[in-house]
Amino acid sequence: MTEMSVSAPADRSIAGERPRRPHEERAAWGLVGPAATLIGLILVVPLIVVVALSLTDYQLGAKAWRFVGFANYADLAGDPVFWRSIANTALYAVAVVAGSTGLGLAVALALQGSGALAPVWRTIFFLPVMASLVAMAIVWEFMLHPTFGLVNAVLGLVGVAPMNWLQNGATALPALAVIGVWQQFGFAMVLFLAGLSGIPTSLYDAAEMDGAPSAWARFRLVTWPLLAPVTLFVVVISTIRSFQVFDTVHALTKGGPNKVTEVLLYTMYAEGFEFFRTGRAAAIAVVFVAAMLVVTLTKVLLVEKRIHAR
Amino acid sequence: MARIEIDGIEKRFGRTPVLRGIDLDVAAGEFLSLVGPSGCGKSTLLRIVAGLTREDRGAIRLAGEDVDHLAARDRDLAMVFQNYALYPHLTVAENIAVPLVMRRLTTAQRLPLVGRHLSGSRAAHAAIAADVARVAETLGIAALANRRPGELSGGQRQRIALGRAMVRRPKAFLMDEPLSNLDAKLRVEMRSEIASLHRRLETTFVYVTHDQAEAMTMSDRIAVMMDGAVLQVGTPDAVYADPDDLRVAEFVGSPKINVITADAALAAALGVDATRAPDPDGLRLAFRTEAVRLVDPTGAALAGRVVHLENFGSDLMVHLAVAAAVPIVVRRDPHDPRPRIGETWGLSIRPDRLLVFDAAGRRLRSVVGRGA
Ligand SMILES: Nc1ncnc2c1ncn2[C@@H]1O[C@H](COP(=O)(O)OP(=O)(O)OP(=O)(O)O)[C@@H](O)[C@H]1O
Ligand SMILES: [Mg+2]
Repeated sequence: MTEMSVSAPADRSIAGERPRRPHEERAAWGLVGPAATLIGLILVVPLIVVVALSLTDYQLGAKAWRFVGFANYADLAGDPVFWRSIANTALYAVAVVAGSTGLGLAVALALQGSGALAPVWRTIFFLPVMASLVAMAIVWEFMLHPTFGLVNAVLGLVGVAPMNWLQNGATALPALAVIGVWQQFGFAMVLFLAGLSGIPTSLYDAAEMDGAPSAWARFRLVTWPLLAPVTLFVVVISTIRSFQVFDTVHALTKGGPNKVTEVLLYTMYAEGFEFFRTGRAAAIAVVFVAAMLVVTLTKVLLVEKRIHAR
Repeated sequence: MARIEIDGIEKRFGRTPVLRGIDLDVAAGEFLSLVGPSGCGKSTLLRIVAGLTREDRGAIRLAGEDVDHLAARDRDLAMVFQNYALYPHLTVAENIAVPLVMRRLTTAQRLPLVGRHLSGSRAAHAAIAADVARVAETLGIAALANRRPGELSGGQRQRIALGRAMVRRPKAFLMDEPLSNLDAKLRVEMRSEIASLHRRLETTFVYVTHDQAEAMTMSDRIAVMMDGAVLQVGTPDAVYADPDDLRVAEFVGSPKINVITADAALAAALGVDATRAPDPDGLRLAFRTEAVRLVDPTGAALAGRVVHLENFGSDLMVHLAVAAAVPIVVRRDPHDPRPRIGETWGLSIRPDRLLVFDAAGRRLRSVVGRGA
């Protein structure tokens, strides 16, 4: 990205007018160089190292290692915990993406043009996005505490029996998803608010004149379609962030009870830093990166299609 | 086709009064233009008629019925917006269909995919498609049916917006500067197209513009607005030749009407009986560029030096510096002998075309009426 935007203008002006001269070529490389080096060091080199590690039986701290080809991947494919972990991650991601996108949109619609207090609410809802999730996880741990937690206390008022949310196989993953939604919806809200302010008000006037009978009809006719690019962006970003879930799992459930909250990055962490199977952890990391790549490419394709449709 | 009665409409935004008691009566089937300088409240008035903005005081009646309690969608009016307000994600045909889809189909029938298979839905959809095709045909945009607004030129978008308004048979059309985003040539073309549309549809049109030429060429009647008040309502001829107020005279007509400030002596020399005016020395005399001739300066009541010539091909505008600060403009046939810059000419104003106003700009008809 950076590389292209730096070099492209220079290329075009030179190619368009006259043959490229050696000192200009050197200058171009000089300009691109720092950014390219940084990208290489920060992104490309570690990626290559991880891919390479995933093809070995290296163990953290070990002196010797062997090249094992795709054995790590084959092991993973036959490991029920790994599949469990993928399924849990996907489930968590679907819940959090749907929840945070929906809640973010709802809150944005409610806050849009809602008077003097709107900025205050906006700030409050955005706070979780900026907060450290590990710190917040501890707060949530207290809130969800089976004996003195706020959640059980409030539910007790309406007659719901107290539960051990994080240690119950049926509620642990949903509880983590709720925390994920709580953390992410502010981000979606801010993007939706920006998107909403970009919709020309004359379209709502037109919808009104055209006889849209209800707020819902106007939403379907104007708001939802015009927000589509923002929605796509929100979904992609929150998908990627949901796949990266780790802090809450690590702080609250450690993958339990009975592996119901085992998620991809937590499995990777456990393989790498608890069982010291670095090669296998690297293989999980590669799978993870590939999944992210698929999400990103899907978005690019969708955007392309939209541009061509216009 | 419906009569629109606008009765004592007042509106303020915050503390600023924007409309100060507007009364207008638009006859059924009439083409009425609201014209006035930017910010005088035209759009606000139109939006109040449409029901998009609520008035502070006054009433709107459509076809004799009070509609103040009705939301915009229930008033059965169509509006064309200055920026077209087309739905960017819908095709041309879908855009035009929206008013029918919203009014003829139930919420369930409007659902994507499933909606079409509900009972009665197929026939309703087919009827809508037929109506849309008919309108697209009329406006010559049938070939664009499957394109999106983003792929169209300004003139084409304008037509789509008209199509969306026409596809239903509304009680009246409200148009807010629909041509202001088009280039000059296209604007002239669309002017006659909208006028012929009005003749064909035989519906009431209320047309907002700040371009007096549009108002003059298209309307049955013009309402000239300024500072939130209607100064004069009348046919284009009446507003042009017989204005009630100096501001109307100055706003309507291009080039601008000539205005000179005259004391009693000059007024008398031009045939105005200033003694009957309340303030004989503060008169403002106005005359159109075609109501004045160049004559021999000797003995003329008013004379000036030629400072500028503008040749439009069909007309030659001669600008003369007289005592007044603003030069006087005289319209001449370019084929007549041309005056040269620097020459001094006398001015002879047709007395029946001389308009007299008092210092505040109110017309003084008793001093010299038309044809006096
Ligand atoms: N929603 C609003 N809030 C506050 N002031 C407004 C609002 N709408 C219009 N105004 C003010 O009311 C006045 C009249 O506005 P309006 O849009 O009716 O003018 P207009 O005659 O249509 O002008 P133009 O020819 O520029 O479109 C302006 O001074 C404008 O600033
Ligand atoms: Mg306006």
